[in-house]
This record gives sequence, structure tokens and C-alpha cells, in this order.
Amino acid sequence: MDVKHMIVIMMSAVFVNNYVLSQFLGMCPFLGVSKEIKNAAGMSGAVMFVMLIATAATWPIQHYILHEKGLDYLQTVVFILVIAALVQLTKIILKRYIPPLHDALGVFLPLMVSNCVIFGVTITNINNDYTFFEAVVNALGAGGGFFLAMILFSGIREHTQNADPPPSFKGIPLTLISAAILSLSFFAFGGVVENLFGH
Amino acid sequence: MTRLKKTPKLGILTNGLVKENPVLVSLLGICPALAVSTQSSNALGMGIAATFVLICSNIAISSARGIIPKRVRIPCYIVLIAGFVSFVQMFVEAFAYPLYQALGIFLPLIVVNCIVFSRAEVFARKNSVINSAVDALGMGAGFTLALTAMASIREILGSGTWFGISIPLLSTYNIPIFTMAPGGFVVFAILIAIVNKVSRGKALRRTEFGCAGCPSEHNCGKGGQ
Repeated sequence: MDVKHMIVIMMSAVFVNNYVLSQFLGMCPFLGVSKEIKNAAGMSGAVMFVMLIATAATWPIQHYILHEKGLDYLQTVVFILVIAALVQLTKIILKRYIPPLHDALGVFLPLMVSNCVIFGVTITNINNDYTFFEAVVNALGAGGGFFLAMILFSGIREHTQNADPPPSFKGIPLTLISAAILSLSFFAFGGVVENLFGH
Repeated sequence: MTRLKKTPKLGILTNGLVKENPVLVSLLGICPALAVSTQSSNALGMGIAATFVLICSNIAISSARGIIPKRVRIPCYIVLIAGFVSFVQMFVEAFAYPLYQALGIFLPLIVVNCIVFSRAEVFARKNSVINSAVDALGMGAGFTLALTAMASIREILGSGTWFGISIPLLSTYNIPIFTMAPGGFVVFAILIAIVNKVSRGKALRRTEFGCAGCPSEHNCGKGGQ
């Protein structure tokens, strides 16, 4: 277990290869639920939570069942069903045992089934041949990166609400331009990981 | 059985292409639209793959519309769509390996593409098989058209080529930022602004990104908004 290697995976998922801002995964919640910081935080909390559980569940399924039995071609079907079932199960368990968490994340949980960042990260973990521990760290980093992007972006959007753009740029185009600038600012992190850890 | 509406086929087809273009007007399927539009050939390949899945899923869901119980229809759609996506994945891997590598993770991600879901939910489960197939063809063509248009702008300005053919002056003086993430956002923003301008603000009925077409819309209470 190389700690440095884990930190590199984590840092690159949060900053350098941010899943939202440089790989365009999870655009719908990023653009749709980022109007208020409160909702943005709830949504990212749900994403982080489900992402961890989904990775912890799909990795063993891929390696010990699908790959072992030569059923790799069923990956897409099995993963999406497992994620859908997990989301329902999580919702029920949270409601019964941790009601405060359910109140905070509840409305966002059903959205996770069709969220491409969850599905995308579970598949990326398999494609990159990560070990179980690496996969979990990557999921944590992806969730953290999503959280960071959401919070920053909702902060920006609260300011652009009072802006006065040209009429055709009102609303959606303005939101996208703000996203472009945020994504551009994340370029500054390029090379940070290599320089810090010498990879 | 619900009563079938009589709608002219041509109207359904152009509806998807122009009036309700899934990417530029309905703002669905933004993730693949932004991610694979760095090269025109990838965008075209992605468009064709998604169109195939759309047509198959619309035909299957429309044929089974009397059988699928209303309460479990979303899981049923997921399984059907995932099946077709797996088929496309294997087909592309076998016959177009460079495209398979270029699209990477976005090929399996057609499963969670909102366009496929929303057509199943909005159109296929209420209309006849033939109308659903025509609707899927229109929507798929609209998706492909929007993707290819976006990719053409980004590829010509960003790397000075179009479908891999280099353009004399531009290939020397290209602007690489257009092929990167921020360029994707900017080009998309400008295209939507043009749609806004041309239609005098009438085309986009929603002024914000919202939940329309999201398969989970009915059970999430609008995502807290």
C-alpha cells in the first residue's frame, strides 16, 4: 500500500482531471442544481456517498463474478442495475436508521441512478485496472472533485444572477460561459501533482 | 391501451431535427455533446451509435407498452436500453476499434443518456411502433447534427482540421483551447445564444437547466428546486 501513490490518485481526481470540469461527467446536476449553495451541497453529498458505495459494490462483482465466469460483456447491464438497486437500498436504510442524513440527501438520491458521474467512475475504475483500494480512493477523489466544483460554481452563479448580459446570452449561455471560466481556472492545477510527487 | 394519436410522419421527423432538437433546444445529453465534440469524426460516430440505441429502444418500448406495468417501467427501460448499448459497444469494438478507443467511456454512458430515457418516457410509451421509430430517427439525427456542428467548429478552430483533413491556413494558426474543456463550454454557450437570437427567445421554453426529460423527475420532487 503505497501512500504516495494513493495521494497522487486522489489529487489528480480532485484537481487535475476533475470529473466534472475536464471530463464532462455529471453535467446535468452541475448545471441544474447549482443555483443555491444549500442544494449544491446536498447533491454533492449524495453523489459522494453513492459513489463510494457503488464502487465498493461493483469492483468485487466485476472481478470475482463477471470476469471469473467470462461474463465481461454483461458489465454495462449489471453495473447499471446494481447502482439502481443500491440507491433504493441506501434510501431505505438511511430513512430507517439515520433520519437526519436522509432528510439532507433524500430528494437527491433517486437522481443518482441516471447520473453519469457515478456510472462513469465505476467503469473508469475497472478500465484503469485499479486495485480495490485504489478504486475506493479514486471514488473518494471523484466525489470530492464534484463537491468542490459544485460549491465553487454555485458561489459564482449567485453573483451572475444580478449580471446584465446581452439578451441572447441571458440564462443558459451565461451559465455555460461561467462554467468555461471555472474550468479554465482548474488548468492551473496541471502539473501540480507531477511537481509535488515527481511522477 | 391508450388511443393512438394520428400525427403526420414528416412532422415527427422534423420535430426532432429542428423544433425540439435534443441538444440545442431541449438541452439533453449535454455530457456526451461536450465531451466527444473535439473531433468531427468522433462526434459523427457517437451520433450514429446513440441513434441506433434510440431507434431500438423506442421500437422495443413501444412494442411492449401494453405489457410493462406502469410502476416498474423505469427499471424495465433501463434493462432494455442497457442491452442495446452492450450490443453497440461490442459491435463498435469489433468493427471500428479506433472509434471505440476515441469514445472510451462515453460509449457505455449512452445507458444514462437523458435523450434515450426522455423519448421512451415522453413518446414511445404512448405512441405506435412506427411513429416511435420515426421519432427516434428524428431525435437521433438532431443529436448527430448538433454534435457534428459543434465538433466542426471546435475541430476547425482548435486543430485546423475537419474530419481529419487539414485546412491550409488554420492548421498553422490554430487555437488549441477550443479542443479543451473550456472551449467546449464556450462553443456550446455561443450556439445556444444563436438559437436564442434566431428564434427571438421563443425556442427555449425553459430559461434554466431543469429536470424535464430526466427519468427520475417524477420521484425526486424536482431535485429540491
